[in-house]
Amino acid sequence: MSITYLEAIREAQARALHEDPRVYIYGQDVGAFGGAFKATKNLANEFPGRVLDAPISEDAMVGSAIGAAIEGMRPIIEMQYADFSTVGFNQIVNNAATLYWRTETKCPIVIRLPSGGTPGSGPFHSQSMEALYATYPGLIVMTPATVEDAYSMLLEAVEIDDPVIFCEHKYLYYHLKAEALPTEALPTGKARIARAGRDATVVTYSAMVHEALAMAEELGREGIEVEVVDLRSIKPLDTDTVLASVARTGRMLAVGEAWPWGGVTAEVVARVACDGYNLLDAAPMRLNAKDTPVPFHPNLWGTHRPTARTIARAMRELLRR
Amino acid sequence: MLLARISEEKYASLYRAGKIYGGVFIGKGQEAISVATAMALRKGDVFAPLIRDQAGRLAFGESLLDATRTYLGSRLGPMRGRDGNVHRGRPRDGYMAMISHLGAMISVVSGTLIARRAKGERGTIGAVSLGEGGTSTGSFHEALNQAAVEKLPLLLVVTNNQYAYSTPAARQFACRHLADRAAGYGVEGHVLDHGNDLGECLDVIGEAAERAREGHGPQLVVGSVLRLGGHGEHDDGSYVLESLKRTKGGADCLKVTEQFILNEGLASAEEMERWRANAVQQVEEAVAAAQREPAPDPDAEDWCSISTRRLGDGYNGGCHESPG
Repeated sequence: MSITYLEAIREAQARALHEDPRVYIYGQDVGAFGGAFKATKNLANEFPGRVLDAPISEDAMVGSAIGAAIEGMRPIIEMQYADFSTVGFNQIVNNAATLYWRTETKCPIVIRLPSGGTPGSGPFHSQSMEALYATYPGLIVMTPATVEDAYSMLLEAVEIDDPVIFCEHKYLYYHLKAEALPTEALPTGKARIARAGRDATVVTYSAMVHEALAMAEELGREGIEVEVVDLRSIKPLDTDTVLASVARTGRMLAVGEAWPWGGVTAEVVARVACDGYNLLDAAPMRLNAKDTPVPFHPNLWGTHRPTARTIARAMRELLRR
Repeated sequence: MLLARISEEKYASLYRAGKIYGGVFIGKGQEAISVATAMALRKGDVFAPLIRDQAGRLAFGESLLDATRTYLGSRLGPMRGRDGNVHRGRPRDGYMAMISHLGAMISVVSGTLIARRAKGERGTIGAVSLGEGGTSTGSFHEALNQAAVEKLPLLLVVTNNQYAYSTPAARQFACRHLADRAAGYGVEGHVLDHGNDLGECLDVIGEAAERAREGHGPQLVVGSVLRLGGHGEHDDGSYVLESLKRTKGGADCLKVTEQFILNEGLASAEEMERWRANAVQQVEEAVAAAQREPAPDPDAEDWCSISTRRLGDGYNGGCHESPG
């Protein structure tokens, strides 16, 4: 048996619905249709009345989830695409994210954002929104890169008493397979060494972990050993694991699929510079998508985002520094 | 209504004396609609007030001390100095704490009603207060449509006080009457022509609340009044047209109500004077009590915005010195 990243998300939701009567799913087309990506396939049938179609109203979807959470429910909101969460942005960052701090009322909601680019998706179905949400206090932002993390982190997200932005990568939905669902997992807040190496560190997350691993494989054939750190969650960001890796390698490249101004890679570099300056043998580097909207045509899209090839080029530059 | 008016006059006076951090936004002229909304609610119902709902808040059960200590920035009370003035509530008690973004609390109240339905709890309703300015937001549209689709027992009371900050209603919407929008959403609409007439407020809002409670879905009440002041105490409201102030709709609901009580012989002038003196005393006591309470202490704050403390990021930029 094998299971895809997408099926793992579906299975995690099925388990959450099964184990916790407070859980329900609300989003566009999630009911009988099973969701635009089929992440809720058959769940409306298996759990009558608990997987509900929403009108195209992201603001009201999130607002109602906040109210339901105040009443003790644990809603999972599916945004059809991460890009559309901008319509619900106000409710997420101003209402959900401030509720506990302002009123000591817990707000256990999970907002699933089908994130990142795929060929042909274009400017409005490809965005990586994680840094926007991470900058606001009061939110936890998960960015799973593996089938196992997609499953276990989504289950953990449902259990957490705070709003969780769950950035699941659409490119990984079908491309990534595992033999079985995991029985144990690292807790959120701990980064993972996806590949050990002594010459340089790549710090990345989500789909870029796989591009970085492919790069490390290629350079490994030349005797260059690159360590790949998978952040898993960008908020909280496991600075200790990043610094420990940089202490081993002395060089760091931060890679992200999001845009270059600010964001996760900038945060990682800033933390390493502030807390680990003496660990560095060379100035750190960042590699991000280009500073344009995400292009539609695969030729352009494949160049807009970092790939194993461009990460390798950046890595060779880092090693020459 | 009287307690709301006197307490807000006190807050305004404290504001002018520089004793209040942040703004003061009062509900002068809107107490009748506000109090009627809260009086239509029962124990267990949900209420999301807005900035001009001191009367409704008190009638819903908020203590005068909680209101006062939030204005004065006490560490005690529901907001603990983290948020102030009208941004207060106790959500777990069904008393929602508004955010400043208008229309945002409608869907939150809808969510509480969706949750209660899921849990099999029947018989309670949720009321949301809004101004005519708030009806121009996308949140308002999304939430009213959503509540209609879900057929929720929602009472949405829109107080058209003719101005959103300084913008007159004619620059806010173009439909004949905001209540006409109800049909477009598939909800029941109610026109409250004289929002300064307490009896009419109680009748119209009470009827709408009962319709919601009986399962007729969301109810949109639109009441007309005139805001008797500026947007907040920083604003003299000099742009409010004199012609509006001279109309029947421009009359002060508190004076209208007091005159009604006298005319009907429900209480004597002396009794009403005692009510007023009693309210003044309550307000003075609340202010004195709140002023004795401790202010927030930055060193005692944990500066963590989530309840799952182990997942707090709390990165401090490499600074190892104490932030104090």
